[in-house]
Amino acid sequence: MADYKKPLPHPTAVTLPFWEAAKRHELQIQQCGSCRAYVFYPREVCSECLSPDMSWVQVSGKGILYSYTIAQAPTHSSFTEDVPYVIAIVELAEGPHITTNIVGCKIEDLKVNMPVVASFADVTPDITLVKFRPA
Amino acid sequence: MSIKGKAAITGFAEMSPQKDAEGRTPLGIMATVAREAIADAGLEKKDIDGLLTGWAMGEYSILWPSVVAEYLHLQPRYFNQVELGGASAAGMVWRAAAAIDAGMCHTVLCVVGDTRRVSTPGRKLPPFPPNDAEFDAPYGLIAANPGYALIARRHMAEFGTTPQQMAKVAVDQRKNACKNPAAIFGAKEITIDDVLNSRMIVDPLHLLEIVSPCTGGGAFIVTSAEQAKRGPHRVVSLLGAGEAGGHCSITHAQSLTTSLVKPAAESAFKMAGVSPKDMHFVQPYDCYTITVIVSLEDAGFCKKGEGGRFVEEHDLSYKGDFPCNTHGGQLSFGQPGLAGGMSHVIEGVRQLMGRGGERQVKNATIGYVNGNGGIMSEQCSLILAVQ
Ligand SMILES: [Zn+2]
Repeated sequence: MADYKKPLPHPTAVTLPFWEAAKRHELQIQQCGSCRAYVFYPREVCSECLSPDMSWVQVSGKGILYSYTIAQAPTHSSFTEDVPYVIAIVELAEGPHITTNIVGCKIEDLKVNMPVVASFADVTPDITLVKFRPA
Repeated sequence: MSIKGKAAITGFAEMSPQKDAEGRTPLGIMATVAREAIADAGLEKKDIDGLLTGWAMGEYSILWPSVVAEYLHLQPRYFNQVELGGASAAGMVWRAAAAIDAGMCHTVLCVVGDTRRVSTPGRKLPPFPPNDAEFDAPYGLIAANPGYALIARRHMAEFGTTPQQMAKVAVDQRKNACKNPAAIFGAKEITIDDVLNSRMIVDPLHLLEIVSPCTGGGAFIVTSAEQAKRGPHRVVSLLGAGEAGGHCSITHAQSLTTSLVKPAAESAFKMAGVSPKDMHFVQPYDCYTITVIVSLEDAGFCKKGEGGRFVEEHDLSYKGDFPCNTHGGQLSFGQPGLAGGMSHVIEGVRQLMGRGGERQVKNATIGYVNGNGGIMSEQCSLILAVQ
């Protein structure tokens, strides 16, 4: 794990709760106390009503595969050994879209709108990425 | 009250794209095309009192407009940087017109140049936006290729768009490039099979559906409608402009398949008082084949979801029933970094001035140009017409 070469997130004070939850294999996003909107990625204020009343909530981890691409050439040199890999947008059941990878699914079985569920990948001792697999 | 008809483009210059910089710098390229565009408009450097420029992937810094003004030794009364990615050049046209209409200046030099790689030793490419770096890059959603592939996949799923239909865009535009001596890929025509047999890069997009980064640049001159009458060319007037934005990462776009081209084009057509069917040609930004299909739908040239069939049923070549990207598009002309969007504006002006040479669209007096930046995140539509 020490030689993990792919880009890693550098959490900020605002985004740290997301990454700390991921490390516990939990999916948490923000919800606005004023307009009740679910918000992702983490922000200091609600992206819908700009209220600062943001709290962290555990969400279902369920969603649908909104779209995907199969990288047959690496999108960055650090991903060369992973080819082919699946880059995806998942629409969470709560609404927000999240960038991810689809794991545990044959490429020929991928289908837009298929149900998926969060799957946590501990890529370094500090960072767990939130990936998704077929539900 | 609008800027409709208030300003015109009276001259342009374009560097033929080349793969590598071969020792050239973005600033040097900008200065070269600036000199040529000023001359093309029948002007002298002292006539330029406005400057709009874009920064370059190959060379950038803070205070960029001053960097360019200093390099050209200009003393503008109005100057700024337009940073809308590939939509920057289109965005310059209406900003120049608005500045002229507001009385800030008379004649604006709009210029962008870029190199394929960082051209100054010891410097780096600009960093990713913060959200992209933290929440996209770790999953490999990096740069433009996978973003547009996500759009293509969703469009295929929602509307049944086929790989053959997407490939047709590249095939027809290549026909145009074959009549453009400046195009990087203008030596021979290609077939739909050539496109579909080219290497799969980010499924469903093949190599021949993806722009090739290169080195190049372009410049054009915008001046008042009154001043434009004294220029050496047919006057190309700005009839309408519209702009739209709202996301940076494609994951956070309101829709993958209905783009911001829709509001941008609606504004432009409304200002101009014309409709898509009035256009004699279109020059939509084409970083990928899917970009053209989505843009044509959203600009109103066909219904949403029917773009695939539309490009299949129409001849997009300069002599066809729907001339589209008559210079070959960036797919065949080349994509000189952030100067890529220049080529669509300049080709629109070139056609209207009747300077299209072998690829001239007959009797073209009005056309649609679109600039697109990022992952469909910056859109600027223009209606240009001969006055
Ligand atoms: Zn809110």
